[in-house]
Amino acid sequence: NHKTLETSWLAFLASDVHPPHDWSSISWWSEVQMGPPDPILGVSEAYKRDTNPKKINLGVGAYRDDQGKPYVLSCVRKAEAQIAAKKLDKEYLAIGGLGDFTKACAKLALGDDNEVIKSGRNITVQTISGTGSLRIGANFLSRFHTEARDVYLPKPSWGNHTPIFRDAGMQLKAYTYYDPKTCGFDFQGALNDISKIPEKSVIMLHACAHNPTGVDPRPEQWKEIADLVKKRNLLVFFDMAYQGFASGDIDRDAWAVRYFIEQGHNIVLSQSFAKNMGLYGERVGGFTVVCKDAEEAKRVESQLKILIRPIYSNPPMNGARIAATILNTPDLYKEWLGEVHGMANRIITMRELLVANLKKEGSTRNWKHVIDQIGMFCFTGLKPEQVERLTKEFSVYMTKDGRISMAGVTSGNVGYLAQGIHAVTK
Amino acid sequence: LQAAVAGQLKTYEHSWWSEVQMGPPDPILGVSEAYKRDTNPKKINLGVGAYRDDQGKPYVLSCVRKAEAQIAAKKLDKEYLAIGGLGDFTKACAKLALGDDNEVIKSGRNITVQTISGTGSLRIGANFLSRFHTEARDVYLPKPSWGNHTPIFRDAGMQLKAYTYYDPKTCGFDFQGALNDISKIPEKSVIMLHACAHNPTGVDPRPEQWKEIADLVKKRNLLVFFDMAYQGFASGDIDRDAWAVRYFIEQGHNIVLSQSFAKNMGLYGERVGGFTVVCKDAEEAKRVESQLKILIRPIYSNPPMNGARIAATILNTPDLYKEWLGEVHGMANRIITMRELLVANLKKEGSTRNWKHVIDQIGMFCFTGLKPEQVERLTKEFSVYMTKDGRISMAGVTSGNVGYLAQGIHAVTK
Repeated sequence: NHKTLETSWLAFLASDVHPPHDWSSISWWSEVQMGPPDPILGVSEAYKRDTNPKKINLGVGAYRDDQGKPYVLSCVRKAEAQIAAKKLDKEYLAIGGLGDFTKACAKLALGDDNEVIKSGRNITVQTISGTGSLRIGANFLSRFHTEARDVYLPKPSWGNHTPIFRDAGMQLKAYTYYDPKTCGFDFQGALNDISKIPEKSVIMLHACAHNPTGVDPRPEQWKEIADLVKKRNLLVFFDMAYQGFASGDIDRDAWAVRYFIEQGHNIVLSQSFAKNMGLYGERVGGFTVVCKDAEEAKRVESQLKILIRPIYSNPPMNGARIAATILNTPDLYKEWLGEVHGMANRIITMRELLVANLKKEGSTRNWKHVIDQIGMFCFTGLKPEQVERLTKEFSVYMTKDGRISMAGVTSGNVGYLAQGIHAVTK
Repeated sequence: LQAAVAGQLKTYEHSWWSEVQMGPPDPILGVSEAYKRDTNPKKINLGVGAYRDDQGKPYVLSCVRKAEAQIAAKKLDKEYLAIGGLGDFTKACAKLALGDDNEVIKSGRNITVQTISGTGSLRIGANFLSRFHTEARDVYLPKPSWGNHTPIFRDAGMQLKAYTYYDPKTCGFDFQGALNDISKIPEKSVIMLHACAHNPTGVDPRPEQWKEIADLVKKRNLLVFFDMAYQGFASGDIDRDAWAVRYFIEQGHNIVLSQSFAKNMGLYGERVGGFTVVCKDAEEAKRVESQLKILIRPIYSNPPMNGARIAATILNTPDLYKEWLGEVHGMANRIITMRELLVANLKKEGSTRNWKHVIDQIGMFCFTGLKPEQVERLTKEFSVYMTKDGRISMAGVTSGNVGYLAQGIHAVTK
């Protein structure tokens, strides 16, 4: 009643608790638009909502075992135990990262006895996995490769390549790569386009297991590309995110990178250990610049550090310690080679099983590309309307471009998958 | 002929980087390297930006070791975190800074993302401002500020300006000078404020001074960017060190905030940090979040998991959280004790100079007031290493070396 109200009002006025200034109506960000939804995330979210017990998620960009579960490598667990036992401190790494890691990282890519490493003419820094490596590279090119601002990506390329280079200030262009008619490599188309790229432009090459198509050039085709790129005087940027994971063989997957260097291309190279060591969320990668000589490598190193310091100061230690332990401990290294081989093999087996099951279903289409393509991804050749049917009628989730992650295929679901694909393509 | 052609193809010796200059040597690294080369058994390294225990050794917190053991036992996978990081971490990170019951968090009007420690947070913030705060390109730093602030904002495309902060005459805060400069900052400019334990001076405003700054900043309509790298580490008290941040928010400033767990949790090389934007409401926070993710994805896709798991475990496990508060308090206390010991020893040596600022300053660093030539003598004659501006890291001072340090400082200043 009145007296109570008055008392409480007076009490309120007397108290220190006043409504805050209506400053929250001031907004610094009223012009900030909601960004477009992430296409791949959309796939995963729709998958989660689906109640069909037979649903399959083929959008996943991470390896899965034959039960469809994430797989932490045994050599990684052993390395972690070794590291934990040492009770190491958590002092900052150098700006360029853990030395034991960067040395081993370079050797893995280039080969133990590579003359580049022996002569000290590479600089290799630890980075935040493959993305971090590509971005450091893009920023470095933007700052120091001023003769040309264009980066030529294969058509198609990993979606994130475009904003990486664009946000770093480079211009994006493309060269023909994938042939949708054959679901294979458009070799002549690529040579044609590359022959017209202006001198000194940057050309991005996927070292192995092209993402998203799974289509790689054959060695003799790589040789011609290397020749042409040299004639055109282009700066080669290799993206190697799947070394070991593509063919199952570390050296075979690095062949193109090593060949180009042998032929005198002073490349820049991004490496990721997300897939081949299963270190995804630990963010382990490397960025290498192959220089003319050790003196140049020192100059480049100093500038890389100046560039990195105002981005994140120094890289995260944990994943690099794991990778270094594996790469530098013979038993663990051997075990790792076996596990990488195992992962690549399971993928290859799934490709073979999928094609076999499609034939069993009665499909008369040519599915040879499913076996010819390599690595985690497969460009099925499915059209958007077929993809839509596969999702709606069979609860099989993939990106609209018809790309499937073979890692999401298991011996348990490959039969059902073949049923679905056959149903929408017969 | 074949061999000749093959040879010619191989000697394609081409340099893309002939114009790349050797960069200037890092000043602080130079100090550490000179220290390493010195053979004097009494040498002291006061350039170190990391905490040291009283034996001069790196210190991994006990609560961190426990959290690590808990995490290892769970045998978690290594799947990618979300672009914005580990949810258990970002929620706890925001609560730590703003307070558990803060209305900002309750109303969902903050967006907090996990970042690569403090530097990564500042850079994400700088990039975000550069892209979306287009009404003003200037960032005002206190004079002096952490050296890396400048390239962070510059490389992100912002312009750097400064406001008076440190008073070399008093080795303290030039309050009037700061208010004077701030009153002239053009509207909508960004102003950087160190939440506590100003780096490099150790000089912090008092609460009543913070209140006047908050008022003036509001009048000038400035966008506040708080850098909080030392919460808990400055006074030993988590809430006390966050007071300025919370006060500004209470007063209606919609701030942006960088946090680091490098020092207060000793997680240096694990790279754990957070970036927060306090928005008008939850709807705006969603829009801002979507744009932060679009910005982060082409830099590093998603942040490193290990340190965030450790920090989240500590912040979200009551026993560990309590232990952590105690350890942070312990670290801050050791620093404070060293400050007191240094001044006491200087008096014992017979110094008649006013060393009050050594005790008044707070946090890891101390601006001694030594001139470059005095610093040089201290290094040459006593093997005491510090940066030319007279800044010393109190973390490098121990009960074992503080007497010797006082001797040296007195010798070059008497």
